[in-house]
Amino acid sequence: MARSDEPEPIRRHGDRFAVTLPDETREALRRLAVQYRALLREEDPSSDPGVARLFPPAHEDDLLANLEYERVAHDGLLAGRLRNVETLERTTGADFLSEDDLLAWMAVANDLRLVLGTRLEVTEESTARDFAKDPEGRETFELYGFLSALVGVILEALPEP
Amino acid sequence: MTLGKDAMSEQVRRVEGATRSKVAPVEVGRPVGEEVHEPDFPWIVIVWNDPINLMVYVTWVFQKLFGYPREKAERLMWDVHTKGKAVVSSGPKEKAESDVARLHAYGLWATMQQDR
Repeated sequence: MARSDEPEPIRRHGDRFAVTLPDETREALRRLAVQYRALLREEDPSSDPGVARLFPPAHEDDLLANLEYERVAHDGLLAGRLRNVETLERTTGADFLSEDDLLAWMAVANDLRLVLGTRLEVTEESTARDFAKDPEGRETFELYGFLSALVGVILEALPEP
Repeated sequence: MTLGKDAMSEQVRRVEGATRSKVAPVEVGRPVGEEVHEPDFPWIVIVWNDPINLMVYVTWVFQKLFGYPREKAERLMWDVHTKGKAVVSSGPKEKAESDVARLHAYGLWATMQQDR
């Protein structure tokens, strides 16, 4: 992939990460954070397939074992997701992020991709053309693409694990 | 599924586990009538392909969570992508449960099962 001369909107700066996203993008991220938190608080895996994708079963075909896993793991997973979304909301306006903050940004962006991708029933071959006759779907797919790009930019900025 | 060296080590662990359960059955301290002869098979953690998670992201998660070198993480990611699934870790039940939950926290589709 060719590199442009434009600086990446998120790049490593010492032990922090410099963020040069436009204000409207930051505002869009803040609004997404608010909506995502509401989704996590108001819906659960039984009421929303997108939320269900965030809390998958741990066993292929063992209902009792899955109920036990859900009992043990669900609250911790939900709390982690809420912490990430609070971090994103708190730092959308920041010029510099810690690595932990940036990891929270990426986690929320990927969670939202999972929710939106599940709702859109995307496949590995999905393109904008698939939603040409569905304005709402097209808009959602554009958002999905933006979040994909954001995850990519963050992965580029992060040091090798 | 063939996983090269990993598959070999899985085989070794499986044989060792089966041997252990024959040589040293767990009976000490258990009340009569409640003996459980659960074979000491290790648990494996499987990551399944999904159309949403980005390939670079899946590779990064394998590196981050398991400390795998990039080459091994990419190989596992390709197995997930091309074969539909890959075994990404193994061990006692508690470790498998912990690994599954950590993978779920990162949005990967993971399950666990005993490697019988």
